Amino acid sequence: MSHHKLEVRNLHFNYPDGHNAVKGMSFSIHHGESVGIIGANGAGKSTLLMLLMGVLFPSQGEVCVGDVQVTKKTLPMIRQRLGMVFQDPDDQLFMNTVYDDVAFGPRNYKLNEKEVEKRVLNALEVVGILHLKDRAPFKLSGGEKRAAAIASVLSMQPDILVMDEPSAALDPKSRRRVMELLRSFKHTKIVTSHDLDMIYEMCDRTIVIKNGEIAADGVTSEILVNAELMDACGLEVPLALQNCPVCGSKK
Amino acid sequence: MANIADSIYNMRLLDDLARQETVIHKLHPLVKLLTTVSYLTVVVSFGRYEVAGLLPLFFYPVMVLALAELPVKPILLRILLVSPFIIGIGILNPVFDQQTFVLAGREFSRGWVTFLSILLKSGLTVTAALLLIATTGMDRLAGALRILKVPRVFVLQLLLTYRYISVLMEEVARTLRAYSLRAPKQKGVHRSAWGSLAGQLLLRTFDRAQRIYEAMCLRGFSGEYHSGEINKICRWDWAYLGGWVVFFILARTYNLPLLIGSLLTGVIR
Ligand SMILES: Nc1ncnc2c1ncn2[C@@H]1O[C@H](COP(=O)(O)OP(=O)(O)OP(=O)(O)O)[C@@H](O)[C@H]1O
Ligand SMILES: [Mg+2]
Repeated sequence: MSHHKLEVRNLHFNYPDGHNAVKGMSFSIHHGESVGIIGANGAGKSTLLMLLMGVLFPSQGEVCVGDVQVTKKTLPMIRQRLGMVFQDPDDQLFMNTVYDDVAFGPRNYKLNEKEVEKRVLNALEVVGILHLKDRAPFKLSGGEKRAAAIASVLSMQPDILVMDEPSAALDPKSRRRVMELLRSFKHTKIVTSHDLDMIYEMCDRTIVIKNGEIAADGVTSEILVNAELMDACGLEVPLALQNCPVCGSKK
Repeated sequence: MANIADSIYNMRLLDDLARQETVIHKLHPLVKLLTTVSYLTVVVSFGRYEVAGLLPLFFYPVMVLALAELPVKPILLRILLVSPFIIGIGILNPVFDQQTFVLAGREFSRGWVTFLSILLKSGLTVTAALLLIATTGMDRLAGALRILKVPRVFVLQLLLTYRYISVLMEEVARTLRAYSLRAPKQKGVHRSAWGSLAGQLLLRTFDRAQRIYEAMCLRGFSGEYHSGEINKICRWDWAYLGGWVVFFILARTYNLPLLIGSLLTGVIR
């Protein structure tokens, strides 16, 4: 399934105000991989995801999905394959009801209303907010909004799922549910998070970003235990891998 | 700042109302649109000294209000919201139009009659428009416009403006909340902060609108707005439209109050 491959070559990006947020990143992600992207605040994670999705365009270098380069022309096709959950769910929800919001994507692909309904209800069920379907998104709590935002992307059944901090603002049960859901998503997934325990459990591979550059890229279980690397990048070894705080015994 | 947050809820109230399922709500949006347009045409076509002729036209909003089971108070409140503008337009009429006539032994200036007429007409038209939105919803209304072959850009413009108003209001509410929490003893916003607050708001709403637009594009939005399927127009829909149009024409050509009055007195005699 080479068409689910995602390749980034020598990517550079400047914000209009001149801020150089991404400085020469290269990596490639194969079909079915689950990749965690971690880094301190302002490292450039969200910017990288925007570049992958073609919301922003690189000032140098390229992003390829399958064999297609992400350009203005190929966007419609690319976006049918990639689904992204934004860091701030408020940016993603704009319709009057949760139902309409989740249905927005499928309707744009001209599915018939029956199929749309099936997908919407299914997506809402998966994230566990079926009971909120007739509520207005702006009246929901932060975590409920996030769940709705995730559902709005799932309903599009993307090949590659991109999520910016999916577990932020979720209560432990909902966080678990999101993790289960991500685990059940068999295609490629790319997740940024500060929740390193989640990354540890969910992602086989981790890319560490520091000041717009890739500081490390490798197997999660090796990277996250590297205390020196983590510290240098403004991160910490996940709690699950630290010594027991009570008895001090090694895990 | 509670009132701003309140008005956001109010903003979306019409949409909430539009989601009910009554006889009126189930009508085809195009039919409702056409009915409303013909109603507006009839109301506006009355001359400026006409008041009595307008009275039968109250029947329409009252009927819709009742059949659609809409709450009267919030609708009335919205009409009151525009009333200052209406009064502003009409208030000078009594000053300029000083001719008088005699009714029931007292002298009235014709200016007051035109003022009353303007008041009634605007009230009726605004009510009709509000009722249309509250029983149809903006999305389905846009669907109806598209059926009428109104160009896509215009419909989209309308829809996005409508969406963004609430986005803007939410942004305002948040900014003001942030402000008031750190300026607890003030009433309103201090003059010294107006500039930066307004500037911030502008930039933030631009930014927000941009990101929302991006989110829409990410989900396959390509300029066409799909708001779910709209059923075919059925016979009952046509009957609804026809019924009202006949009524409007009758109300326009005959003086119904007079007619009914004479009919009744005729019967009594
Ligand atoms: N619209 C913008 N204009 C200019 N600079 C920006 C803009 N958005 C982000 N930046 C800058 O780009 C850098 C990377 O930002 P980015 O949002 O990608 O960080 P991040 O890794 O997602 O951080 P966080 O973990 O806090 O979400 C930051 O230094 C930020 O200040
Ligand atoms: Mg971010």
